[in-house]
Amino acid sequence: MPDLDSLSILFIWTAIAIYAAAFVAYAFDLARRSEVSADARLVRERDAMLVGAGAPAAGSGAPSGADAADAASDPAASDLQKRPRYVMARIGTALTVLGFLFQLAATITRGIAAERVPWANLYEFAMTGTLLVVFVYLLVNTRIDLRFLGTFITGLVVILMGAAAISFYVGIVPLMDPLKSVWLVIHVFVASLGTAFFALACALSVLQLMQSRRERKIVEAAEKQGPRFLATLPDADRLEGMAFRFAIVGFIFWTFTLIAGAIWAQDAWGRYWGFDVKETWTFIIWVLYAGYLHARATRGWRGNPSAWLSIVGFTAVIFNFTIVNVFFKGLHAYSGLS
Amino acid sequence: MTSSDPLRPSDHIDGDGGSIAQPRLDFVGWLRWGWRQLTSMRTAIILLLVLAIAAIPGSIFPQRMADPNGVTQWQTDNPDLFPVLDAMDLFDVYLSPWFSAIYLLLFISLVGCVVPRIKHHIKALQSRPPRTPARLKRLEDFRETVRETTDADADAEASRSIDIAQKQLKALGYRVERYDTAATSGRTYSVSAERGYWRETGNLIFHLALVGVLISVGLGGSFAYTGQRVVVEGQTFVNTLLDYESMNRGRFVGDDALSPYSMTLDSFDVTYQEYGSAASGQAGDFSANVTVRENGESREDAVRVNHPLDIAGDKIYLLGNGYAPTITVRNSDGDVVYSNSVPFLPQDNALTSLGVIKVTDGMPEQLGIAAFFYPSAAKLENGAYASAHGDLLAPLLTLRVYEGDLGIDEGTPKSVYVLDTEELTPIVGDGSDAPSIELQPGESADLPDGRGSITFEDESPAGAVDFTQSVKRFASLQVHHDQSAVWVLVFALSALGGLMLALFIPRRRMWVKATAADGEVRLEYAGLARGEDPTLKAAVNDLADGHARLLDAPSSRTTRK
Ligand code: HEM
Repeated sequence: MPDLDSLSILFIWTAIAIYAAAFVAYAFDLARRSEVSADARLVRERDAMLVGAGAPAAGSGAPSGADAADAASDPAASDLQKRPRYVMARIGTALTVLGFLFQLAATITRGIAAERVPWANLYEFAMTGTLLVVFVYLLVNTRIDLRFLGTFITGLVVILMGAAAISFYVGIVPLMDPLKSVWLVIHVFVASLGTAFFALACALSVLQLMQSRRERKIVEAAEKQGPRFLATLPDADRLEGMAFRFAIVGFIFWTFTLIAGAIWAQDAWGRYWGFDVKETWTFIIWVLYAGYLHARATRGWRGNPSAWLSIVGFTAVIFNFTIVNVFFKGLHAYSGLS
Repeated sequence: MTSSDPLRPSDHIDGDGGSIAQPRLDFVGWLRWGWRQLTSMRTAIILLLVLAIAAIPGSIFPQRMADPNGVTQWQTDNPDLFPVLDAMDLFDVYLSPWFSAIYLLLFISLVGCVVPRIKHHIKALQSRPPRTPARLKRLEDFRETVRETTDADADAEASRSIDIAQKQLKALGYRVERYDTAATSGRTYSVSAERGYWRETGNLIFHLALVGVLISVGLGGSFAYTGQRVVVEGQTFVNTLLDYESMNRGRFVGDDALSPYSMTLDSFDVTYQEYGSAASGQAGDFSANVTVRENGESREDAVRVNHPLDIAGDKIYLLGNGYAPTITVRNSDGDVVYSNSVPFLPQDNALTSLGVIKVTDGMPEQLGIAAFFYPSAAKLENGAYASAHGDLLAPLLTLRVYEGDLGIDEGTPKSVYVLDTEELTPIVGDGSDAPSIELQPGESADLPDGRGSITFEDESPAGAVDFTQSVKRFASLQVHHDQSAVWVLVFALSALGGLMLALFIPRRRMWVKATAADGEVRLEYAGLARGEDPTLKAAVNDLADGHARLLDAPSSRTTRK
């Protein structure tokens, strides 16, 4: 009989390698976008000279319409009279899908080998959590072109999953009593889903900050405007809008995680809330994102400050997932590491 | 902003702006200004961020409420720093005045912000959709079509198409209002529609539910009690104040609040992972099997991890377990001066356990015994023992015996788990002439100088072939009574529901206007988002397409006069 857990390890490393390749492809894509946008600028400048100084540089603002497809058809493309095919991005996405399939296989074999849901220790949290990050990313990509987040997502997953496979791996052991509960299935899964949405929101917020810096430089007519691939991305407002939409979905999952965790704690530990370390951090993250949602609706806070809050929020999520799990002492001692 | 728009603090992105101006410099002016500051969005953000930051130290330093032993340990490790940090409440962060101040301010701000909004929203719920703007074209999401009509009566056709649009919008959940006008260049018919009031309702429910959570938690504590009790197999626990080892009571819990029931621990089950398997020796499937007697009836039940037992509104939890070796001490005449099953505190996963026995009467001097129990004893290279497994494979008890005044009569409460040996004279084990006593179940040993003997009783049932039932186990139970938990849950779920409404329900206005001219009807469609609404454009298009379909539908034609 094949040892399913060894098979799972094989799959997971294959997946990590494929994600790394996807990362490279996406990175080439960004570089390629820089060229496209540089070409586009040349074309625009030539056109401008032909038509006369007063002619507006067509499409100098990035698309702002709500239609998802707009994001793909960027101004540079229309100037070049052809849609850039973003070959590298396609390769990146194809590789990501392949990596996802391997990771899915790894997760399922691990679950079968353990005869339970594959998210009961830190190694498995990482495996299922990053699987969901990739899944949500791919799912969203079928509706909105977010491939420009590819480097961020694959990079994040390679780092988290690689670190988990190297230092958090533990063999399969039976569950400790407190974990034998339906709430393990629900609470941890929903937390991972929330994390996936926060990850996308954070990536978009980072790009939003870069984009808004570029837009400011353009207004100032500065010589250097930052990375050129930004020209092929939606404008800062639209990036912010997308980040917000991911963040609210993440926030709702997170709220549910908090409630489900409290119900579970009531059964397992005899109280629904006790400011245990992990509870505290879940609360902190929730409050940070509540702050973010307010900031989005407050004059003087919308735009860059709120983007920073989304980034801080996700940093706290990652901190909670790694540092708190490994180094902080508390009741949630289920990392499986000792 | 129109009256059906939700009321917002003035620094809200859709707010009326700039009204946090320089106050009138009198007292009332300042008060009003301060209140506006407190209930502004900016203050809410800052208080939220401060709350998040203030919660961090509680995750770094051990907290008395969650980990009292950790606090004691920290104090021992950092004796100099401890008083300073303790004075700053860093070991009681979540009960500290500064932490409370932050969340109380936040909730005052919240109530101050929400109450006027509720009043306003109730009015808004009764208002009609606003007048159709004169120039719909100006709106970002706008569509226009011109329909030829063979009919000479374009006016009737225009009116009919708005009737249809009105029905259509109504079916889509909009609140609708007709605004037909007699314009100079022909009559115009229009319907104004608004939807998404639930967005604001959801937001208000969310914020109010948070207040509900806070109040339930706060009040709940005053009516709640939590007690702890260790029960050895065969023992019975009676739910009275006297029978608890420790009990925390809320302010309003009277002496007679405990329901009369009793509970006998019949047996305690544990399963161990087999040798050789991964996690060999890991214990699980703990189950405290009990007989409950309540109102003259008795029933059998079990307390398990994740499965608390409900009795008379109390919840009984399994907190811990361990061994309670039965020890008998006899004096020089052979009379029993002490006999008890003593719960030992587990020290590690293999249940190496530490226990204390205090013999207060019947001996020339009081005896204090410090004992280690190893369920599966294994000798280490340095001669010390360790337990290799949690089950009773090779049980061994080692004892050190001290003589002297145990200080029990002085009135200062002493923990039953601690033996203060400073004032005592060792007579067996470290510091004495006699080596420490080692006993297996059923064995006895003499105390030095004819003081008497000590026996480790074997509790195995008759006919047992091994040691696996030779020592009794105990369960550490927690009895918790908190009726507010269900309210906290109700409010938390309302918050979640409100949140989903507030975040996902689009709030928008729609207008359809028909203008009749010679042989044609001009139809205009426009939408206006109130707040976040990424799907508005699609909604306007859907409306226009649906309208066209309805206008063309044969059934609607035949119904014409
Ligand atoms: C315990 C403190 C608070 C928490 C956790 C909290 C949380 C939230 C969340 C999650 C949202 C977004 C969901 C929604 O739109 O309903 C929100 C929205 C909102 N909150 Fe709060 N809030 C708090 C206090 C306050 C206070 C003190 C104010 C008044 C200054 C306030 C005013 C608002 C407003 C006006 C919105 C709507 C924003 C919009 O137009 O999108 N909140 N709040």
